Amino acid sequence: MSWIDIGTLDDIPLRGARIVKTKLGCIAVFRTAEDEVFATSDKCPHKGGPLSEGIVHGKSVTCPLHNWVFSLESGEAQGADVGQIETYAIRIEAGRLLLDAAVMERTAA
Amino acid sequence: MSKKLVVIGAGMASGRVLEHLIEADADAYDVTLFNAEPRGNYNRIMLSPVLSGEKSFDEIVTHDADWYEENGVACRFGERVVHIDRERKVVVGEQGEVSYDKLLFGTGSAPFIIPVPGKDLPGVITYRDLEDTNAMIEASGMPGQKAVVIGGGLLGLEAAAGMRLRGMDVTVVHLMGHLMERQLDEAAGYLLRRSLEDKGITIKCQASTQEIFGEGKVEGVRLETGEVIPADLVCMAVGIRPEVTLAQACALDVERGIVVSDAMETSDPDIVAVGECVQHRGALFGLVAPLYDQAKVVAKTLLDEAAEFQNKEVATKLKVTGCDLFSAGDFAEGDGREDIVFRDPARGVYKRLVLENDRLIGAVMYGDTADGNWFFGLIKDKTDISEMRETLIFGPAYQGGDSLDPMAAVAALPLDAEICGCNGVSKGQIVEAIQAGSTDLAAIKATTKASASCGTCTGLVEQVLATTLGDDFVMPAPASICGCTDLTHEDVRRLIKSKELKSQEAVWQELGWKTRNGCHVCRPAINYYLLADWPVEYQDDPQSRFVNERRHANIQKDGTYSVVPRMWGGMTTPDELRAIADAADKYNVPTVHVTGGQRIDLLGVKGEDLPAIWADLNAAGMVSGHAYAKGLRTVKTCVGKDHCRFGTQDSTGLGIKLEEKLWGSWAPHKVKLAVSGCPRNCAEATCKDIGVVCVDSGFQIGVAGAAGMDVKETERLMDCSTQEETIEVVTAFMQLYRENGKYLDRPYKWVAKVGLDWVKEQVVEDVENRKALVERFELSQSIYQKDPWAELAKKDEAPKFAPLANLTLEAAE
Repeated sequence: MSWIDIGTLDDIPLRGARIVKTKLGCIAVFRTAEDEVFATSDKCPHKGGPLSEGIVHGKSVTCPLHNWVFSLESGEAQGADVGQIETYAIRIEAGRLLLDAAVMERTAA
Repeated sequence: MSKKLVVIGAGMASGRVLEHLIEADADAYDVTLFNAEPRGNYNRIMLSPVLSGEKSFDEIVTHDADWYEENGVACRFGERVVHIDRERKVVVGEQGEVSYDKLLFGTGSAPFIIPVPGKDLPGVITYRDLEDTNAMIEASGMPGQKAVVIGGGLLGLEAAAGMRLRGMDVTVVHLMGHLMERQLDEAAGYLLRRSLEDKGITIKCQASTQEIFGEGKVEGVRLETGEVIPADLVCMAVGIRPEVTLAQACALDVERGIVVSDAMETSDPDIVAVGECVQHRGALFGLVAPLYDQAKVVAKTLLDEAAEFQNKEVATKLKVTGCDLFSAGDFAEGDGREDIVFRDPARGVYKRLVLENDRLIGAVMYGDTADGNWFFGLIKDKTDISEMRETLIFGPAYQGGDSLDPMAAVAALPLDAEICGCNGVSKGQIVEAIQAGSTDLAAIKATTKASASCGTCTGLVEQVLATTLGDDFVMPAPASICGCTDLTHEDVRRLIKSKELKSQEAVWQELGWKTRNGCHVCRPAINYYLLADWPVEYQDDPQSRFVNERRHANIQKDGTYSVVPRMWGGMTTPDELRAIADAADKYNVPTVHVTGGQRIDLLGVKGEDLPAIWADLNAAGMVSGHAYAKGLRTVKTCVGKDHCRFGTQDSTGLGIKLEEKLWGSWAPHKVKLAVSGCPRNCAEATCKDIGVVCVDSGFQIGVAGAAGMDVKETERLMDCSTQEETIEVVTAFMQLYRENGKYLDRPYKWVAKVGLDWVKEQVVEDVENRKALVERFELSQSIYQKDPWAELAKKDEAPKFAPLANLTLEAAE
């Protein structure tokens, strides 16, 4: 498995997110209150809202457009809504954020 | 020509007769109403909440002076009737006589006074009318006052609980073995006794009063056992008897009460009677529901329509907060009768059902009375319960697959099920009223009278509203903020202040949040409450804000943003317009729109371009318009007396000053202002959160207007003579709202909750408080009145708007 260095943990606000641009759309990289990081698709499956702009709470994010809530771990929509966002492997090594290089090869599927 | 009707007694029953009569045919009678009490009709059964301080007298008045005047009722209040001459058909009052074609007796009942020595001493009262209630309230005004209530029935216990709530030392002396023996069996009476004792009331059962003693006024009560209970006030509530003195004096047929036929006529066909003074087929009446049935019949009889009164089962509820009891039907033990009993002493719950021939004939419940109406329905309908006997005591939730949800239980009730026992209103009548447009509790009360008497069915009426209206009905019950906590917004605001919680972590920990750091519903609210209450100590957290307030721009449905620079008081200049036009060109803004708040909106700006476009607008002297904020938005103005031939004041200048004072402040929701230069109101100030209308003599400040989901005119807060005073009052109002409003309540919703009078007390009448509010506002502004665009366009902040990494470029390499 190969990894791409995308920046440092401090680049992301606590309980916030930044985006990473890829050929096939944006990936949102989240940092929780406990300094865990998660990477998911930035696009809400409901109406395409930018999840990186949502409120991060616990290990979930709420879409800013219509308040769909997604688990950052599983990518599954919570509560009554049904939907799924893609999740990507990401890890922290010596304060650097390393994203699974597989995102480079991902297809539109 | 109208006939003449004379009514003796303005009570709940005769009042109801008048309502029916006037509704059916307002011209049928000229009505003269005598009342010995110096006032009109009020809801006598609500005296207990007045005594306990939970309601005011004004709230329980059913007919005020306007009502009598509108309906042409000649009132002779405070005047006793001294004589009735049936030969000449005249009623003789203290102030003169009135002739009648029909006479209605509504003389009610008199409290029964036990004939013991000392019963006439000052300080011995009964519990019957407002005078008695006021006497008890007055007595409770001095600390350490002691009261003895003789009689442990419904009325006596309500009096005792009310006086106890007002801080008096209360002892109940009851002749029988357990409390409310006419409505409760021994077990329920015991539970009731225990919970009243928990409230600090002393209960003495099987206690017979020997004498009331005292020199010149009451000093105590001596029981037959010789025990002495000191007392400053003695309330006799041992029962009532029909007030029949007048009826006897004019030789009507009187036994225990005035004897009436099924049509409610007395032995004289021109005289009818209603209420607690009557005796119908041997029965007397003390609860309100049958009286209202009688009133319907009397009105018909007076209009020469056939009607018959039938005495129905009635259910009893005690109006003592925290003592939930219900009783209906007959529950004496007897041959052929069986009991089903459920006890849970730890929870203080007791239920007993009495069965006879597979029918439910009586029910007593204590502690959990939710199913009372369902049991009452079974008793009245004489339903065969043999099929559900095994689970009967568990209530409707266990019958026929109904769920445990009380809403489902209400939804399952048939349309003829009675919801309001006092007024005999069925579920069907309420549903009809809802469908005809009465969509809240107040409207239902007004159109059907459901829950308008004792009020115990309020919850049921709300449930009928909820099941009928579905999502359109918002339950008024206080709801918790979200699933993260059981506390309401109001609770949390209060606790943040009183426990001095100054960080989010303190809120989560001290208030027992169920989630680690809230959710998208509660966290923005908590962030706001903290920064509003502790502007110096608390650090605003952008990550607890909705995207618009974090990005200082409005997110659009395609993820781009709209940018609105501030135009003070709606004024702009050619230079500003040029700068806006240049920015629109430079950043390829697809849409330029003039807003309703008198400024220009650039729509379709990409997130990563925001810092750059802000820097350009800043360079031209413009700052954020906060068009995205829960806080001050715009101050709309007209051009005022500088240009307009009608203008009375410098409305533009005042608008600019207000905007300069208030901009940058956060609030529970958005706040829009306007200043109009004259009452023609071109700036539409009368539908704003705060609106000023200039007049020759000064400035009229209105607040709590709305022109969104609801449309509402402002209410006048105050008239000011100078601009300075106007700015001070508006600022104080803003701060009061900031300190007390519930997150996401616009000012009009907040004012509806706290009442304009309270707002006036804080802002208008108490000048010192007004100044203190302004000071606190200014302290907050010293921290928060900063242009967020300038802050975020700085070198170290701006890069955060760009992607963390751009892998599209690497892929191309």
